[in-house]
Amino acid sequence: MRNITIGQYYPADSILHKLDPRVKFLGTLVFIVSLFLIKGLAGYVFVTVVLATLVKLSKVPFGMMLKGMKAIIFILIITVIFNMLFTPGEAIFTIWRLSVTKEGAVQAFRMAIRLSYLIIGSSIMTLTTTPNQLTDAMENLFSPLKVIKVPVHEISMMMSIALRFIPILMEETDKIMKAQIARGADFESGNLIKRVTNMIPLLVPLFVSAFQRANDLAMAMEARCYHGGEGRTQMKPLRYEKRDYIAYILMLAFAAAAVCFCIFGGGWI
Amino acid sequence: MQLELKNVSYTYGKGTVFEVNALSNIDLMIEEGQFIGIIGHTGSGKSTLIQHFNALMQPTEGKVLFEGEDIWGEKYDRRALRSKVGLVFQYPEHQLFEADVLTDVAFGPKNQGLTKAEAEARAREALVQVGFPEKFYGHSPFELSGGQKRRVAIAGVLAMNPSVLILDEPTAGLDPKGRDEILDQISYLHSKRGITIILVSHSMEDVARYADRLIVVNDGKIPYDGTPREVFAHYEELEKIGLAAPQITYIMHDLAAKGLSVDVHATTVEEAKKSILAALVGKGARR
Ligand SMILES: Nc1ncnc2c1ncn2[C@@H]1O[C@H](COP(=O)(O)OP(=O)(O)OP(=O)(O)O)[C@@H](O)[C@H]1O
Ligand SMILES: [Mg+2]
Repeated sequence: MRNITIGQYYPADSILHKLDPRVKFLGTLVFIVSLFLIKGLAGYVFVTVVLATLVKLSKVPFGMMLKGMKAIIFILIITVIFNMLFTPGEAIFTIWRLSVTKEGAVQAFRMAIRLSYLIIGSSIMTLTTTPNQLTDAMENLFSPLKVIKVPVHEISMMMSIALRFIPILMEETDKIMKAQIARGADFESGNLIKRVTNMIPLLVPLFVSAFQRANDLAMAMEARCYHGGEGRTQMKPLRYEKRDYIAYILMLAFAAAAVCFCIFGGGWI
Repeated sequence: MQLELKNVSYTYGKGTVFEVNALSNIDLMIEEGQFIGIIGHTGSGKSTLIQHFNALMQPTEGKVLFEGEDIWGEKYDRRALRSKVGLVFQYPEHQLFEADVLTDVAFGPKNQGLTKAEAEARAREALVQVGFPEKFYGHSPFELSGGQKRRVAIAGVLAMNPSVLILDEPTAGLDPKGRDEILDQISYLHSKRGITIILVSHSMEDVARYADRLIVVNDGKIPYDGTPREVFAHYEELEKIGLAAPQITYIMHDLAAKGLSVDVHATTVEEAKKSILAALVGKGARR
């Protein structure tokens, strides 16, 4: 078996890995909303403690979560700079015609914390939940939408298939690329147009095989009488356990605390 | 020495949780003009090993030398190396992409910098060598049968005129006739043009028949390396690692157990026939 996983699932044996994916999905939403409610120094200390506890509980190396930060480092820097420079208020110092204000510095600090916690928080979810568990959770949580004729099952089936195919296609790309390199193909040098035309020996076989696979899969599904969502049961149905109820209670407590910090928070931040 | 592996190790997904040790501390020398068979059960590391020969994979540890030069040296021209060491992948038909067979086969030679006419001449030559019927030269490669596609793909590598030809299970999924034709052709290239051949195969009969040296891969290591006779003499150990000797070797052992004085190390039907006939004649003379 090839162990390429998409997304960033990090296998480990932790309580967070065992939690029902619905809990984790809703928990992440609650966490994100709370991040933007919380005010005041005490509030930030509180979220930091909660987040640190979650990181510890997940048994995933913290470095893995910081990897997610790399992707947004650019956005983060821009946000910080804009907030510092363009928030009106009392100037701390001025360079040319741009001045850094006290309010701006505070605002920038607040945004930086919110953005990085948001990324770390959602990384915890994606690192401890396989993509398939996530689609199952979403199908389950969104199933009330079936009433208004949203094809929830079909959408989640498409998502699972797409997720399943990404590693296969990656492997296939790698194989074809190597085969063409062995025939002297060059995927690295040349100007833009040259590079694009050089991709043809890779893209044509890749598309041919992707369509072939899609065809085979459709055939195989039909041969096993797949007929859409109506009346289908799951091999591993999602079922809440005691720990999931406890997690929900903790989540509610956290949300309540966040609301309190929103109303009574303040102070210098 | 044409190709040399020095203490080569390869780990997939180095530095992640998914590390797989595919090769560990391999030392190997391959001389010019050899016909080498590589056997090993599924997942033993054969494909990983052969991709080190033409610099498609860089060893995580150790060195690969081609004609004495380190192929991962800073100034080394690895594109030039790949036209000297041709590699036909497992199920190579997935690499076809051109509108017609001839252009597809000419892709390699064109990348070597030959003119269109020269490349086409090479392509025709290679297609003849793999026994591909001329009437299909203008067809789309996607409209061919699996076996025909296979031939086109092998021709695509042959057309580059490599001095080492590596084939990863070239006959998987072919009918017996197609299999023999392709292997005979490879053997012909080996004897006539002196190309070094490295053949990965799951058929003990095939490697016994064609190869003059066998390399057994197991769990990323090389437990046996020698002539087919030497290697298959260890048939009991081979069975433990999911391999076997050619069927004829078993027959010879059974005959010997029944009291006929035959050569138990015979690996091909030809050898066995001679030995059995000789033994029978000897027996008749004694009677
Ligand atoms: N791209 C990859 N990523 C991770 N592991 C891999 C990858 N390719 C191969 N492996 C692992 O490396 C080991 C050796 O694989 P390899 O493909 O070399 O085997 P093989 O001997 O060619 O097998 P087969 O007879 O099935 O072709 C296997 O355990 C395999 O799971
Ligand atoms: Mg292989």
